[in-house]
Amino acid sequence: MAAIMAGCRKYFAYPITPQNEIPEYMAAHMPEVGGVFLQAESELAAINMVYGAAAAGERAMTSTSGPGYSLMLEGISGIARAELPVVLVLVMRGGPGIGSLENAQLDYFSATKGGGHGGYRNIVLAASSVQELFDLTQLAFELADYYRVLVMLLVDGILGQIMEPIEIMPFSNGKTRSLPAKTWALTGTGRQRPQNIISTMLMREDETYQWHQRMAVKYQKIQAEEVRYDSYCLEDARIAVVAYGMTSRVAETAIDECREQGLPVGLIRPISLFPFPYQFISQYTHRIEGFLVTEVSMGQMVEDVRLAVNGRSEVSFVGRGGGLLSHQEITRGIRELWLKLATK
Amino acid sequence: MVEVSNKMTVMPGLRKIYGRPQSLKDVRTHYCPGCGHGIIHRLLCEVIDELDIQGRTIGVSPVGCSVFAFDYINIDFADSLHGRAPAVATGIKRSQPDKIVFTYQGDGDLAAIGLAEIVHAAVRSEKITTIFVNNANYGMTGGQMAPTTLIGQKTTTTPFGRDHRECGYPLRIAELLATVEGVVYLCREAVDTSARVIQAKKSIKTAFERQMAGDGFSLVEILSPCPSGWGMPPIKAREWLRENMMPQYKLGKFKDTREG
Repeated sequence: MAAIMAGCRKYFAYPITPQNEIPEYMAAHMPEVGGVFLQAESELAAINMVYGAAAAGERAMTSTSGPGYSLMLEGISGIARAELPVVLVLVMRGGPGIGSLENAQLDYFSATKGGGHGGYRNIVLAASSVQELFDLTQLAFELADYYRVLVMLLVDGILGQIMEPIEIMPFSNGKTRSLPAKTWALTGTGRQRPQNIISTMLMREDETYQWHQRMAVKYQKIQAEEVRYDSYCLEDARIAVVAYGMTSRVAETAIDECREQGLPVGLIRPISLFPFPYQFISQYTHRIEGFLVTEVSMGQMVEDVRLAVNGRSEVSFVGRGGGLLSHQEITRGIRELWLKLATK
Repeated sequence: MVEVSNKMTVMPGLRKIYGRPQSLKDVRTHYCPGCGHGIIHRLLCEVIDELDIQGRTIGVSPVGCSVFAFDYINIDFADSLHGRAPAVATGIKRSQPDKIVFTYQGDGDLAAIGLAEIVHAAVRSEKITTIFVNNANYGMTGGQMAPTTLIGQKTTTTPFGRDHRECGYPLRIAELLATVEGVVYLCREAVDTSARVIQAKKSIKTAFERQMAGDGFSLVEILSPCPSGWGMPPIKAREWLRENMMPQYKLGKFKDTREG
């Protein structure tokens, strides 16, 4: 619904659990706005249909989950090279291979570090509620058009499945960006302009070097201007839990519990996973003695937190390979970190 | 050979009756001597000019020798990942339904890695046209076996000739797609002789006209010589095409919904 509000009129996808609610919604509602819903024969085809629609200047989107995402990486890499604005929703499921349908946060590495071949970046946004997912979906289309990049909404399996009341409003992030006209789009020359070419190649002499130089500038701009995060009880904290997505809400319960017992603990919640809020975390290392990273994985985002902290504070980790982290597990992690710091 | 160019000045008293199509750029191609792509590009551009659709045609060329087609054909173009051109063309056509959208694919691309995409574009009867250039090997990567490689044909990955016990049998795409209801126009042509070149052009034009009429999916398969990939001189390659490919890949119309 947020995508349609944001002007998305082309949606291509292949059925996969746990994200079938999205194609089913699109199948029912895209026709109402004169848009296109098309069920592709595979995720390979779906992402390449999105490539075609985006190349033709449309706001285009797809959604998938683990195994489908692996197939889509070919197209995602091509979209990155061709600098096409695309929005992709990845609802995470458990494990490699077919894996499981359990809740998980196992695709952080693949989402934020490139995933496919060739050295590229996607903007990756992680919501912690249905409302935020609704808002970020709209933002995603704006960022995609503005930077000509793929914007990924990285969604915990459980967030993809729950229902919550939301306020349906056009998203405003306080910025009024003028979005560049899509003069590069394939619309037919009309014999009025030179041909437009959308290409995933870098075959010309020096082209690979030049492309990466240009992307470095773009990615740096994204890192400078598009970092998003949230915090909770951080003002007087000496321990910070770092968590994204639904795990951050479990962490809030653990923090409330620890606060009742007098432990000065707060929360840092990265919203943009690329660009990652390195600076925001690093500025607290003078006061926060320990960071507890918690994820539904065996430790992925923790590596970025370690980079941000850079040895100046303790970094510990609580995670599990799939399913649901309980607030008790996080509380135990906080206590253990507190004891470790106290005995240091 | 004298290059026929749009820049050519016509001497007084003479009339220009044959020249480079407007849609075909006045540049040298990277294709090998005797390759069929140059002829097929030209036919395509003649059709685009004759239908007067240069300004509203969009091409998609996937990985293969013809991935650089946009260097030669002066229209909006996307290249695509290996085999995915029908999916990309679907995305474009569904976004720009008033444009004429075609894919230009080789046999390694279409018949192997992109088989699912072409079959399902046909199943959906996407209003696109596919030019399928069949030269019985992977030209760009250096002459490896394709699904269309003939039994006994030597390639760099079948150095002793294709053996069906190991690699199966040649895949006939036109015959395969003829079973798909969504296909509205389907034929197989060749570009080994002048007469067949003219016939191939007619079919390409009909395929485009079917798309423009909104009928559905059309495909023209074209048998095309690959002297470099086959390891023989251009004239020999044309003979080889006639003697070896044509018995396996029969020319003709396989489907035309307007003829019932």
